[in-house]
Amino acid sequence: MTAGEFKAGQRQARRLDLRSGRVEMNHGAGGRAMADLVDLLFRQAFDNPLLNQANDQARFSAPQGDMVMTTDSFVISPLFFPGGNIGSLAVHGTVNDLAMGGAEPLYLSAGFILEEGLPLADLARIVEAMAAAAREAGVQIVTGDTKVVERGKGDGVFINTTGVGRVLPGIRVSGELARPGDRVLVSGTIGDHGVAVMSQRQGLAFATELLSDSAALNGLVATMAECAGPSLRVLRDPTRGGVAATLNELAHQSAVGVQLHESALPVRTEVRGACELLGLDPLTVANEGKLLAICEASVAEPLLAAMQQHPLGVNAAIIGEVIEDPLQLVRMTTAIGGERVVDWLHGEQLPRIC
Amino acid sequence: MKYVDEFRDGERARGLARALHAEADPGRHYRLMEFCGGHTHAVFRYGVPDLLPDNIELIHGPGCPVCVLPIGRLDMAIRLVEKHPEVILASYGDMLRVPGSGRRTLLQARADGADVRMVYSVSDALALARANPERQMVFFGIGFETTTPPTALGILEARRSGLENFSVFCNHVLTPAAMGAILDVPETSAETVDIDGFIGPSHVSVIIGSGAYRFCADAHHKPVVIAGFEPLDVLQSLLMLVRQLNEGRAEVENQYIRAVTPTGNERAQAIVDDVFTLRDSFEWRGLGQIPHSALGLSPDYAEFDAERRFDMAYVAAEGTKGCECPAVLRGAKKPVDCKLFATACTPENPLGSCMVSDEGACAAYFTYGRFRQDALERQQAQRQAHREAREQ
Repeated sequence: MTAGEFKAGQRQARRLDLRSGRVEMNHGAGGRAMADLVDLLFRQAFDNPLLNQANDQARFSAPQGDMVMTTDSFVISPLFFPGGNIGSLAVHGTVNDLAMGGAEPLYLSAGFILEEGLPLADLARIVEAMAAAAREAGVQIVTGDTKVVERGKGDGVFINTTGVGRVLPGIRVSGELARPGDRVLVSGTIGDHGVAVMSQRQGLAFATELLSDSAALNGLVATMAECAGPSLRVLRDPTRGGVAATLNELAHQSAVGVQLHESALPVRTEVRGACELLGLDPLTVANEGKLLAICEASVAEPLLAAMQQHPLGVNAAIIGEVIEDPLQLVRMTTAIGGERVVDWLHGEQLPRIC
Repeated sequence: MKYVDEFRDGERARGLARALHAEADPGRHYRLMEFCGGHTHAVFRYGVPDLLPDNIELIHGPGCPVCVLPIGRLDMAIRLVEKHPEVILASYGDMLRVPGSGRRTLLQARADGADVRMVYSVSDALALARANPERQMVFFGIGFETTTPPTALGILEARRSGLENFSVFCNHVLTPAAMGAILDVPETSAETVDIDGFIGPSHVSVIIGSGAYRFCADAHHKPVVIAGFEPLDVLQSLLMLVRQLNEGRAEVENQYIRAVTPTGNERAQAIVDDVFTLRDSFEWRGLGQIPHSALGLSPDYAEFDAERRFDMAYVAAEGTKGCECPAVLRGAKKPVDCKLFATACTPENPLGSCMVSDEGACAAYFTYGRFRQDALERQQAQRQAHREAREQ
């Protein structure tokens, strides 16, 4: 779908059978069927003035100051999971990557690769979830693209979203800015998304009432930026590889070590139980609606209080501090008072959780 | 979380650590082997060494099924899937990454087109067999006594439901035989490993019972304390071992009373006895050929034996040059004594089996204990000092 594929007056054309129809090859062929799909499904759901410019690109004025841009592709299996679906995830993921740059997300693009045979009802649910997630996050989906691949060449639907945002005034966050003495905060319980998705996976099904934490974090980031200003040094969302991978990345980027405290980590009982059962470490399980923040020690307490006032930061906690360490390791004081390394995840934990 | 939090409690851990510091005799060096890889993992994951006095040294044993499987057996599995395109090989995940001869792995064989699936249980393998009636489903059965009963049940289920395309490549091995092999090395041998006592397996003992280790205490005069896998279990069992040694006792004690009985799970034992039979001998990585140390399918169930069905032959094979897995598995060397450790051999690019499995000593050192170099050097110096003092 590009904006240019919309032609006025086509809406009364052949209707999509959203109840029992399926994606066919001609939905990506550039003809009438594709126009119907775009017009009746995508455009209605994402409706906004930039999309309605009906050109192959969206035109907008550049705001003042620095901007950020990011892209992410989503291939999650299963497409629907407790607490969300691939559509909401595709919006949250890119919105969060923008927000982790200390930015207010503005516009997204959406590219769909659909597999022949995907029920249109499923696609409609996914698109509606994207639209709802975009509305909640205050971003507009302003341009897009649709391709269809033969049955067996995809996995239902893959989605790519690209986003641009405006950096909040007075904020400069970056992965290399952590300094010894800084504090490490997490915005809530860890591992919820990964365990919720795994609980639905074929061959691994186990009963849980756990929901994915998939959420747009830009509102929380705005609150944090207002509270901590330039004392906020690093923001990153611990998605694939979990908190462990993200902190290892940051330790390398800033050439520091990180000292965590196991007893300070917020982990839901259900997540701990599932991790025990599956032999996983909650620190390496993926999150979608959580962020890690590193800030100057002096603002850690007020920042924590501000985060806990926000609905997405109720369970926020200070989980450790940045230390000097030539080995650039992430270490943790365990619950029993021992020390261990918190390493990157080795190999793949389970495929495709985002 | 019930039955977990109680056994990871910091306050109680400090209490046990204080008792260990108070009761460990500063005049002696305690060399205690945790047989199980599960214990090795727990020891490093929770940082247990930080709570111990310097003269209590943990020796990591061979109780990691992936680690002890010799390269020749892995080669058999790789050859099987390469030669037989009709075969689906179902394996526990870690096995896929262990390098066989020429550093070839099952994952590489899969990338080249072989059908190798990762499963979580034998039931998954049975389901695959049912879903693919035109294919041959081979379950790569590995493990100690804990995973043997499920494999036996899988075979019984295959017979009950007439599942003719299901077979098992059986590599189930026996814990007491391996402990005996470690203790049987004559003290004059260069291979000898000084061990004062054992932390006994958790889950294995649930099946075989605490009575199975009596020979360690009776014939070899080594105390055994069967311990749970939680950090407080390990600390308490260490204290029980120190007390036995201080008092000159060598007994089998059971710290893991919430799960282990003297006779074990007799129903599981009966099923295993029915389906499997003792092999005359089996090769272990690091321990060599050990008589009566592994199980094969009993004649009654021979039709489910993949080795027979596909005429699989064992050819002994050499490991990667410089890899110290064999010595690490005997407890004769620490992972950091290996020149390949954390240089050429890492969890991303494992050269030996002990770097692959979570339960492998090398993986545990690498993943959780990379900063411990100093502590190790200190401990080694101390061990040396004790050895010299004894020799004088």
